[in-house]
Amino acid sequence: MENIEVGKASTEYISTLPPPRSLFTRVTSALFRSPIGVAGTVIVGFVILLAIIGPQISPHEAVGHNLRARFKPPGYSDSSGDYILGTDQLGRDILSRIIAGSRVSVLVGIVSVLIAGTIGVTYGLVSGFIGGYVDTVMMRIVDALLSIPFIVLVVAISGVVGAGLGTLILILGCTGWVTYARVIRGEVLKVREMEYVVAAYAVGQNRPLVMLRHILPNVISSAIVLAAVQVAVTILAESSLSFLGLGVKTPTVTWGLMLADGKAYINSAWWMTFYPGIAITVTVLGVVFLGDWLRDFLDPNIRARA
Amino acid sequence: MREFIVTRIFQLVVTMFIVSLLVFLMVRLRGDPISIMAPPIFNQEQIEALRAAWGFDKPVLEQYAIFLRKAVTGDFGISFFQRLPAMEVVIARLGNSWLLAAVASLIGLTIAVPLGILSALKRNSLLDFASTALASLGTAMPSFWLGLMLIIVFSVYLRILPSFGALEPKAIIMPSLTLGVGMAARLSRLTRSAMLEVLNQDYVRTARSKGLQGKHVVLRHALRNALIPVVTVFGLQLGWLLGGSVVVESVFAWPGLGRLMVESINVRDITVVQAGLFWFSLSFILINYALDAFYMLIDPRIRIG
Repeated sequence: MENIEVGKASTEYISTLPPPRSLFTRVTSALFRSPIGVAGTVIVGFVILLAIIGPQISPHEAVGHNLRARFKPPGYSDSSGDYILGTDQLGRDILSRIIAGSRVSVLVGIVSVLIAGTIGVTYGLVSGFIGGYVDTVMMRIVDALLSIPFIVLVVAISGVVGAGLGTLILILGCTGWVTYARVIRGEVLKVREMEYVVAAYAVGQNRPLVMLRHILPNVISSAIVLAAVQVAVTILAESSLSFLGLGVKTPTVTWGLMLADGKAYINSAWWMTFYPGIAITVTVLGVVFLGDWLRDFLDPNIRARA
Repeated sequence: MREFIVTRIFQLVVTMFIVSLLVFLMVRLRGDPISIMAPPIFNQEQIEALRAAWGFDKPVLEQYAIFLRKAVTGDFGISFFQRLPAMEVVIARLGNSWLLAAVASLIGLTIAVPLGILSALKRNSLLDFASTALASLGTAMPSFWLGLMLIIVFSVYLRILPSFGALEPKAIIMPSLTLGVGMAARLSRLTRSAMLEVLNQDYVRTARSKGLQGKHVVLRHALRNALIPVVTVFGLQLGWLLGGSVVVESVFAWPGLGRLMVESINVRDITVVQAGLFWFSLSFILINYALDAFYMLIDPRIRIG
């Protein structure tokens, strides 16, 4: 009797609650409550928008020369138009080149991180799940790879394999997975001992199924948080490599290459160096903000406290 | 302690063995290492001669055995650009790189630790807010761009610091500041959160309640415990510092290992690249081992446990 009453009361209580919200609503409402989240979304959204519609809104052609307007400081204008951020050694508009360069950063940031994430999550999942000697050997390989600084490794490999946008994306993707592997493996070791995993075995599910249906969903949020950090790392790596002449080559426009040009004329044209660096900093800052927000959102411990 | 040293030496040997395999395979990523090394003007006969001279005509496993046997003795072959043993070329640059890394770390810690402590003590103050903002900015900024900005201000406009080389002592100011600021940005937030955590611990409350002065509590009781995570991340950040040095050394033409790597890659001097990678890896591992030993000094729990 008593049980039924309790059950009735809780049903009544539940009926007074608002209907459960969809994932999308939950994410967006949490996002707009956080200033960092909003700032990150605005910046990242703006850069992605630039990458997509850049050519339509660009004031000049990013690769178009105008030899009469070489090394013009910011605010210069002539019969061919305004050059708000000045021009470079070939009279190309800095603003238009920054807009064009956003394309490479977005592309490298997203594609490389997807490649690295896929490899790294799979590697970490398998290593942590199998355990034993396999795990030890797989993690020693990760240790060895992590002992060489990321940039140094990428510099050396691109020196051997050659430069270019496609190759660079592939190299950054195939070297960036190591961090995911280590983090995911650590998470798998924790989740593997959880009761629901033991229960899944107990009801007779086989090992691959347990790995994919019960372990993977519980470790993936760490990978998502890490991915945001890695987008920032990858964008910075691309600009470093292109700056050193080991990444993307002209005529492709990238912020790193613009900085390399700027360095050559650093004595006379500061704007060639200043603005592309601002573009990189702001973009990375946006990604970092979004990543910080994502970490707080996905970490239930922090969420519970908030 | 002895067990600690034995395990670490064993781990070091295993890791360096894998690194040697990586370094060996890397120059073969395009299949034939000769295609990287041979100048384009070489004809087939000259290429074959070069291949035989470098032993690339032998089976791969045999090549690796030879490579490994020599690498153990520190012999990575001859730098065919400088016509000296590759290891000698690399070691000649190590001192400059270590000096730069040491000064940069010193700058990084000198900024980050006091700033982190103050932010933790005056939580949510203007200072705390400003240091958060600066830390985010410092992390997002490409380090080499900060270097270029310093050159514009101090070399081009003020003309008080040299923009390249290592000919005078003050030449180290800008490269080390560039790397140090980036490191400080990465460490100050962490010092702050470590301090906040420690300040809430019972032993800090006890120290305060027995009437010790605030300064004494912060420095003797809180800071010592907060330093452990800071040291851990400092060790990991050294990887960032070593990596960043590749680009920053190139910006300032600082004659260290990082710039040597870039130069050697540009002239396809693969033996030097291999020896350089080996050193990067070895120094990163050894520094982290040294930090492990340092924990034992500052934390008796780790020493006993």
